[in-house]
Amino acid sequence: MTNKGTATVTLPAPAQILVTREFDATRQLVYKAWTTPDLIKRWWSGDRGVVTVAEVDLRVGGAWRYAMTANAGFEVAFHGEFREIVPDERIVSTEIFEGMPDAGESVTTLTLTERNGRTTLAILMEYPSREIRDMVLQSGMEVGLQESLDHLEDVAKSLR
Amino acid sequence: MARAATTTDAFNAVAEPRRRQILDVLAGGERPVNDLVALLGVTQPLVSKHLRVLREVGLVDVREAGRQRVYGLNSRPLKSIHDWVKTYEASWSERFARLDGVLEELKQQAVAGQEHTEDGGDDHDE
Repeated sequence: MTNKGTATVTLPAPAQILVTREFDATRQLVYKAWTTPDLIKRWWSGDRGVVTVAEVDLRVGGAWRYAMTANAGFEVAFHGEFREIVPDERIVSTEIFEGMPDAGESVTTLTLTERNGRTTLAILMEYPSREIRDMVLQSGMEVGLQESLDHLEDVAKSLR
Repeated sequence: MARAATTTDAFNAVAEPRRRQILDVLAGGERPVNDLVALLGVTQPLVSKHLRVLREVGLVDVREAGRQRVYGLNSRPLKSIHDWVKTYEASWSERFARLDGVLEELKQQAVAGQEHTEDGGDDHDE
């Protein structure tokens, strides 16, 4: 059994969030899981609900849209546009949370770095302001997700 | 915008690396400003400036000790930041745990595909 890491979240600048995680897979596979609609549907909602929409027009200027129905019943949706694509390596895209359109769009940079067959995934999210960044961080609390890490391990194992 | 100003300001206060250094030092116990100057290797006005910001958001307390003023950490505002980040982190960990499962399956498919080809090549790719 490979070592399952947890996500590491840091706040490198007042309007940024950086999330990193290592995966026991090549960057080609991570890229595939990250960009293929049928695969996105299986991980994007975590344990919080069911993904109902995963549309990906993977080209510069192409649009993407994800939506999920949360366990509590409400809809959560995001959309944006691809700005930069380096297959298996880097994607820069914009993101708008449809539940809070006034918050403006954030810019997300995905970077995949492979070493000895393992891939470090880094997602840098840049928000229009620190206030909006902080609201995003706080939103997790409001959704009230309190899944235990033990439960997460079970889910991961059942998917193997 | 409705938000807790103190908490947001604490976020801002810890976004600055030098201020985080000061908090790290104070986490080990109270210090007079001269200690901080010596430990951080920066000028006294700069340390004082950062201490002022940290006091404004309630992360640092000051008290008189004889002729000296000593500064101490008040970690309560940090707790809310920690809680926000940890919950956010947990939601990503959930996603990534599922992504692990998807990747494991993709790896097995790749291996099965190879074996199939070695067996005689009657594979039928979609």
